[in-house]
Amino acid sequence: MSDSSHDSGFTRRDFIIRSTKAGAIIAASGLLSYWLHDSKGPKAISDSGESAILLPDFSMPAMGRKMSIVAGDDRVRTVNLALKALGGIETFIRGGDRVLIKVNAAFATPAIVSATTNPQLLAELIRLCYHAGASSVAVTDNPINDPESCFALTGIGEAARTAGARLFLPRESFFRATTVPGAAYIVNWPLLYEPFQGINKLIGVAPVKDHHRSGASMVMKNWYGLLGGRRNIFHQDIHNLIKELAIMVKPTFVILDGTTTMMTNGPTGGSLSDLKQTNLMIAATDQVAADAFGATLLGRSIHDLPFIAKAEAAGAGTADYEQIRPERVGI
Amino acid sequence: MNRSVPNGSASEVGSFFSALSEIIMRIVTVRRISQVFFLALFLWFCVATSFGIEWWQLRGWPVSWFLHLDPLVALSTLLTTGSLYRDLLWALVTLVLTVLLGRFFCSWVCPFGSLHHFVGYLGKRGKPFSSRVALNRYHRAQSIKYHILVVLLSAAAGALIAHQVREAVRPSIPLVALLAVTIGLAWSAAGRASERNGKTFIFLSAFIGIWALIASFVALDRMIAASLQTGLLDPIALVYRSINLVVLPLADSTMQRISVSQRYYEGAWLIGAVFLAALLLNLKVPRFYCRFVCPLGALYGILGRYALWRIGKKDGDCPQCALCEADCEGGCEPGGTMRLNECVLCMNCRDDCRHDIITYSSRPSAGGEITLPDLSRRGLVLSMASGIAAVPLLRLGGGLGANWNPSMIRPPGSLSEADFLSRCIKCGQCMRVCPTNIIHPAGLESGLEGLWTPILNFRLGTSGCQLNCIACSQVCPTAAIRPITLDEKKGIKDFAASGPVRLGMAFVDHGRCLPWAMDKPCIVCQENCPVSPKAIFVREVFNTVRSGVGVVAGSDGFTVELREPSLKPGRFGTGDYYLAISGGPGGNGDMRALIVSNSDRSLTLASGRPLEFLPSPGTQARIQVRLQRPQVDPERCIGCGVCEHECPVTGKRAIRVTAENESRSRKRSLLL
Repeated sequence: MSDSSHDSGFTRRDFIIRSTKAGAIIAASGLLSYWLHDSKGPKAISDSGESAILLPDFSMPAMGRKMSIVAGDDRVRTVNLALKALGGIETFIRGGDRVLIKVNAAFATPAIVSATTNPQLLAELIRLCYHAGASSVAVTDNPINDPESCFALTGIGEAARTAGARLFLPRESFFRATTVPGAAYIVNWPLLYEPFQGINKLIGVAPVKDHHRSGASMVMKNWYGLLGGRRNIFHQDIHNLIKELAIMVKPTFVILDGTTTMMTNGPTGGSLSDLKQTNLMIAATDQVAADAFGATLLGRSIHDLPFIAKAEAAGAGTADYEQIRPERVGI
Repeated sequence: MNRSVPNGSASEVGSFFSALSEIIMRIVTVRRISQVFFLALFLWFCVATSFGIEWWQLRGWPVSWFLHLDPLVALSTLLTTGSLYRDLLWALVTLVLTVLLGRFFCSWVCPFGSLHHFVGYLGKRGKPFSSRVALNRYHRAQSIKYHILVVLLSAAAGALIAHQVREAVRPSIPLVALLAVTIGLAWSAAGRASERNGKTFIFLSAFIGIWALIASFVALDRMIAASLQTGLLDPIALVYRSINLVVLPLADSTMQRISVSQRYYEGAWLIGAVFLAALLLNLKVPRFYCRFVCPLGALYGILGRYALWRIGKKDGDCPQCALCEADCEGGCEPGGTMRLNECVLCMNCRDDCRHDIITYSSRPSAGGEITLPDLSRRGLVLSMASGIAAVPLLRLGGGLGANWNPSMIRPPGSLSEADFLSRCIKCGQCMRVCPTNIIHPAGLESGLEGLWTPILNFRLGTSGCQLNCIACSQVCPTAAIRPITLDEKKGIKDFAASGPVRLGMAFVDHGRCLPWAMDKPCIVCQENCPVSPKAIFVREVFNTVRSGVGVVAGSDGFTVELREPSLKPGRFGTGDYYLAISGGPGGNGDMRALIVSNSDRSLTLASGRPLEFLPSPGTQARIQVRLQRPQVDPERCIGCGVCEHECPVTGKRAIRVTAENESRSRKRSLLL
């Protein structure tokens, strides 16, 4: 770029033009400086500018607080009976519903280890949803191990695909900041939100597992897998965190799979000797009640699991599950 | 109106002023006085950036004034942050004067420029006239500095561009509007396509347009970030850094008048080497740095394009004697076609011309003038793209994310790392002002991007970060270390809810700590912890010392005789050792008594506290040391590093601060 001119042609007009340009630069810089001047300095921590989202309420209060417990070792059969005892899946899932199933796919271990949601159970649940008229079913989790490996090795990915559900493996762009009202910990915290877009029904399905820090990993602890970020920091106060999870997530219903219970070495397990056949399937609209009953499969009382009382106190459900008169089948 | 400007009109105002000054003094003498004045002022500011109570120490002197005057600092932080911080408004003064006068700053104010000027003068002294003329001829490489400027500004502007484009394309109407404007501009510019300017304009418009299109599909702002790297080569930041961190500490090392003890700066050699190289290159080519490297000079060169007054030749009989080019500082060829953007207004040509042909007036030079730098479109776009691409490339290492370096402890009040890097100009003012000399220029700890940014080193220096000091946050010219108050630093009064500013946290190394690893009492760290209540607390334990088990021969309750003469006399009389005997009568359990002195076989106990029972001969006696083992309370520790500095394990300290739990980043918190 260059601009040549020569003296001989230089006129008063040229000078005025040049002065005007110089003046324009000065005026523009002056205005910009005035406009953007910051006399105070920046804030301690800059906010992202993104407003926190709130997870919708997926529960159906009209259904009341219900629970069913079905004995048997065939998950396909027991889950059918359990849902029937709740009033039938049709009462929860109706034509055109868009369903999200939150599984436990935390670890890249085979289904037989029972550290994750059972794939046959998941496939049957998806089938039931479609049968009830759901227009779409999606499955998601933010696992601890590598997500691809988790969904592949647990058989959850294959089960979901075969049954016609859409899989949401976590991606950085899928997370949005959320703040649970009144919470101390889940404040502006990344939540796996993308799978929830357009969803109107939410089902949680989790196995019953020993968990050294919290005492047990069941339905409520399973919502941990919706969080992103440095979520491990919450282990310092895990019972209150699980309580906040129970406030954050209001599912349509939950399935607690007590067919095989991981008694020791949880929540990863890894050996068949960690497992015990307990042959029970629990379906509930009350997640606290489901977990309170699940505790008995581990031989623990609700006093061993402070998060249950905390969740109840926060209004998430009923710790004394007998109060809601669970329907027992085959017991 | 198409006639030439007559004498005495606006074009001659400059000549009038310079003629006026000539009556009193030669213009180059005025310039030299100005250079000496500003250089002296600058050096004075460097000296005055001292902590103390003397009048010549920090007393509200505007010690960062030259940085405030620097439009490159103002512009680049404007690009990265979208704001102009506090005193950076001064840059407007420099900018206005440059737009009106040209690059006056380089030869009249810039302290670095004056140093180059002087060394260049030494270099060319005694050289024959012809080689001096040859040295000062324009060189194509002088356009490198514009590329440097474009690369640095693009790196700073990347995020802004990406963000603006994304904001613009999010709703579709502004996207259409933007594209329409772009196309419209390109169209209108196409009318002038024959001019090089016009083509450049089309090219840039197309560049923005294509970008807008890409951005509507790709989230550019996730990839492109801003990084402020202008400070690497900005002459003002460079000269502050070099004088404060290299020259002053060396000059003061013998006299120690400025500071009470030797100031150290880790990695200062590199800063010194760059400074020395920049100065010595003047011996090869005068004002080497100004001509080839200086991004600020490049910015001035562009800003001065419409300068109302400029150096040039009058109409007249120029004998082409080249006298004007023998001392030309800018290499701008005033004798030929004047390169306006290279002229540093040294006025040597005007002073040297014996034919009264060189003037400083509103008219373009009779020899013709070039007002814009020698940049090709291709080169310009390449530099822009490189600058924008460099930042995501540098950040691929993940240093701003999971791979952050915990040994990088930033000064109190520092912004979170990404914001910090978009403001810090590496000027070293915080390092200079720190009374305990703990702020140091980073090497490559945080990657190339963090070079020469401030980090804390608690081994060097004279203490940790002082609880009642906020000097660095006040002196920082760009608020990379934002201005905090003492109340905020300590987390009191209005700031009680947010708690104190934490730089990191101290961790006790149990393998190196004397009470933890070696049964030696110490707790210097606990004693020096300045927080109240102390962040370091102790747990008391009694450990039986090595070879400290004996058999009682007899006792009178105040002394205990052992069977074997195995003790080193006096060793256990320090007040830290106890005699422990278990199994008293009636299942009395353990008892413990303080030892006040010992011989090789007898232990004397504190007279006020004799034994509770007399141990029978044959009982086992254990000599125990009372240890207070330090433990850090993460809720109280502010990471000030006083403990680390004071730790008697002088090599790798037994208590060390790392940046975990620093309050500037929520992601690095250790506790809920």
